[in-house]
Amino acid sequence: MLYLQQVAVAYAGHTVVKDISLSLAQGQIGCLVGPSGCGKTTLLRAIAGFEPVAEGCISLQQQPVSNATVQLAPEQRHVGMVFQDFALFPHLSVADNISFGLLTASKATKAAKVKQLLQLVGLPDLGQRYIHQLSGGQQQRVALARALAPEPKVLLLDEPFSSLDTELREGLAREIRQILQQLHITAVMVTHDQNEAFAMADMIGVMEHGLLQQWATPYELYHKPHNRFVADFIGRGVLLPGTMLDSQQVQTSLGLFRQRYVSSAKPGDKVDVLIRPDDIVHDDSSGITAQVTDKAFRGSHIMYQLKLQSGEQVQCLALSHHNHAIGEQIGIRLDLDHLVLFPRS
Amino acid sequence: MKRSLRDIWRWSVLLPALVLALPVLVIFASVFNPQPDVWQHLRQTVLADYVINSLLLAGGTGLGALLLGTASAWIISQYQFAGRRVLEWLLLLPLAMPAYIIAYTYTGMLDFAGPVQTALRAQFDWRYGDYWFPQIRSLSGAIIMLSLVLYPYVYMLARSAFREQSASLFEASRTLGLTPRQHFWKVALPLARPAILTGTALAMMEAFADYGTVQYFGVTTFTTGIFRTWFGMGNQVAAAQLAAMLTGFVLLLLVLERWSRRKIRYYHQGQRSNAAPRRNISVGRQMLLLLLCLLPVLFGFVIPAVQLVSWALSNYQQTLTPQFGQLVWNSFSLAAMAAVISVLLALLFAYGKRLRPDVLVQAPVRVAALGYAVPGTVIAIGVMLPLAYLDGRIDLLAEQWFGIRTGLIFSGTLFALLLAYSVRFLAVSLHSVEAGLERIKPSMDNAARSLGYTPLQVLQKVHVPLLRSSVLAALLLVFVDVLKELPATLILRPFNFNTLAVRTYELASDERLADAALPALAIVLVSLLPVILLARSVDSSLKGKL
Repeated sequence: MLYLQQVAVAYAGHTVVKDISLSLAQGQIGCLVGPSGCGKTTLLRAIAGFEPVAEGCISLQQQPVSNATVQLAPEQRHVGMVFQDFALFPHLSVADNISFGLLTASKATKAAKVKQLLQLVGLPDLGQRYIHQLSGGQQQRVALARALAPEPKVLLLDEPFSSLDTELREGLAREIRQILQQLHITAVMVTHDQNEAFAMADMIGVMEHGLLQQWATPYELYHKPHNRFVADFIGRGVLLPGTMLDSQQVQTSLGLFRQRYVSSAKPGDKVDVLIRPDDIVHDDSSGITAQVTDKAFRGSHIMYQLKLQSGEQVQCLALSHHNHAIGEQIGIRLDLDHLVLFPRS
Repeated sequence: MKRSLRDIWRWSVLLPALVLALPVLVIFASVFNPQPDVWQHLRQTVLADYVINSLLLAGGTGLGALLLGTASAWIISQYQFAGRRVLEWLLLLPLAMPAYIIAYTYTGMLDFAGPVQTALRAQFDWRYGDYWFPQIRSLSGAIIMLSLVLYPYVYMLARSAFREQSASLFEASRTLGLTPRQHFWKVALPLARPAILTGTALAMMEAFADYGTVQYFGVTTFTTGIFRTWFGMGNQVAAAQLAAMLTGFVLLLLVLERWSRRKIRYYHQGQRSNAAPRRNISVGRQMLLLLLCLLPVLFGFVIPAVQLVSWALSNYQQTLTPQFGQLVWNSFSLAAMAAVISVLLALLFAYGKRLRPDVLVQAPVRVAALGYAVPGTVIAIGVMLPLAYLDGRIDLLAEQWFGIRTGLIFSGTLFALLLAYSVRFLAVSLHSVEAGLERIKPSMDNAARSLGYTPLQVLQKVHVPLLRSSVLAALLLVFVDVLKELPATLILRPFNFNTLAVRTYELASDERLADAALPALAIVLVSLLPVILLARSVDSSLKGKL
């Protein structure tokens, strides 16, 4: 459906994005996340046709739309786009905004489409309003309806929730996911907020310095990060130093761990073990103890910052009623499902 | 209520505001003193001409300014080409060229004895009557002249409106299947419409108010009709009634302008992203756009300015006399006095509004600031009527009680002129001063007070330094406007008191075009100052927004 092959984008000879390959099947939702300046928006704009690609190829439904020679104009690509500032037309009513992209349709077709889309985004009665009469969340839905109206091949969303209140974001993200799945539409969203990405995406790409660090499902991304950047960027966690005893076992200050597969590591190799806060279980009966250095109350859970006897810091997500004061020693136990190791350089 | 009436601020705002509103009120009051004979005569002879010509002039000028201003604003705001930065402010230059000056300059160039026709005759060996040449002294000539100097109103506002449209709007249009051309017609233009209409309304108001151009071209409009009824027929009430009619047309425009502005606010909501980068185009198209944008500058400023300079150089020995020095002194001192008065009034009103934000203070100030929309001719008559009446009463009383004649102590002196200028240009100074005062947030006052400053010290340490630049700008703007002003000065000036504008007009009317060049050039040169100021402030205010 959407297929990117070794895509590179350059501004004035300076490469911003390089060697990006990814693909989405019909109906899949992909998210690009990464720190600001990582090139994720540039990549999205290249898919939309606002930036030419310097190398590689972008195809939509097996048809190349961007490569070093072909550069289809945005209006000929049939992509829908939802913009960060929504870019709704303030001189048009909600209905006219939604039917704006239906250039050749008859009046009746337009009206039917507008009605259907307003129903879909949950604003059935607001067609005659003007944009300034809508709340931020309503504007967001109109922007989505407008982008969907011409039945685009792929929907692109550029930080669509960044101008909304935090409370609105996740709910709206889930709602939009449902709408997109209902229409079986392929979509790519750019965000810097991984929670939005988790709420929306089938596939997530983590970008840094113009490179795609990993393209994977949310589960894989969290539990099997390819490299230190992805491990650090997605979720919380610390890297605990360890030493390989053989190709499968690693010794750390929290004990000996064993990975299931045989790696190329040699005994004595220095490695870092990724420890997520949910990997550390608070267990009063455990022999290993750590000192609470800081804590953050999260309602159902408490996030503890712990100092191990060896001096390393780890985080522990404990149930809320396990309330300990700062400075206290608490028992912990490591509950690792699988090991994530990075060789230390 | 009693307390509020004793409040000194209210009275110190209300009284001057009433005085400034008086001339316009007098004009409208004149309607209640019917003059059936004169109106019978007017209706049978010239009234239809006045109405039709004034409407055609304003409509034609509006259309011309709209086309020139919108086209140049679109090109400047959307495309990157060599020379764009310079052109961006060069396009403002025609603002410095008063319409009556450009009109007589082009007449000198294009009439039968002028260089253009002479050259044509020499080239093709034509004689008088052999060929057709467009008559510059006509209604269409006046429309072209006015359009050439008034389009910058549209240009300025439209350029900001186009620049403020966020890049994502353009991209949204593209993803929805529109070509760039379709985007212009369906999104960019409708979004800029309020700004464009505002600029067009301003240009049309100026066209309604114009006296010098139409008088010189022999086109009968309301303004020339008011002069003729006042001085030719000697009927001052009928003149005031004509003025009321003209003001009616202008107020309609004002309503249109206000209505357009109201929508601007909505059109800017929720658009936070940056303006679109200017589009890169081929060298050939760059040259074409450069040329297109140069045309209005060339015809609206450069050509007439060069002609003025060459005339002034050709006979400066005869024109650069002590009399000319007297003219400059008269004009400059009068303009300086008017500027100071206008700015003092503006400061009074602006502080009144800030300290007493209630309707009793706001409303009279608003009414007083309407004067900028009212043609100078109308204001002059509105000032003249009550002052002449007042002078008559004073003279009568003085003779009865003290046996002396006081003469025209208000209407025959600079007082009348200064009052008329204050009415006409209060809005200019008020706008500038209020903009400056708005930057001084009330929280700044509170901060200074909490740090131990007395109100007077706050004024001295916070307000004065922060207001200085806007007060200076207001002084300059009013100074130049007064310097250029023609019809009110013509009517209200004391006997034998001449200014640069009046002298330019008189010499041009006597067909002494070359002699008129020196005073005209002086006006144009001084008028350049606020244009430069404007070019810089428009730039920086845009930068502040983005």
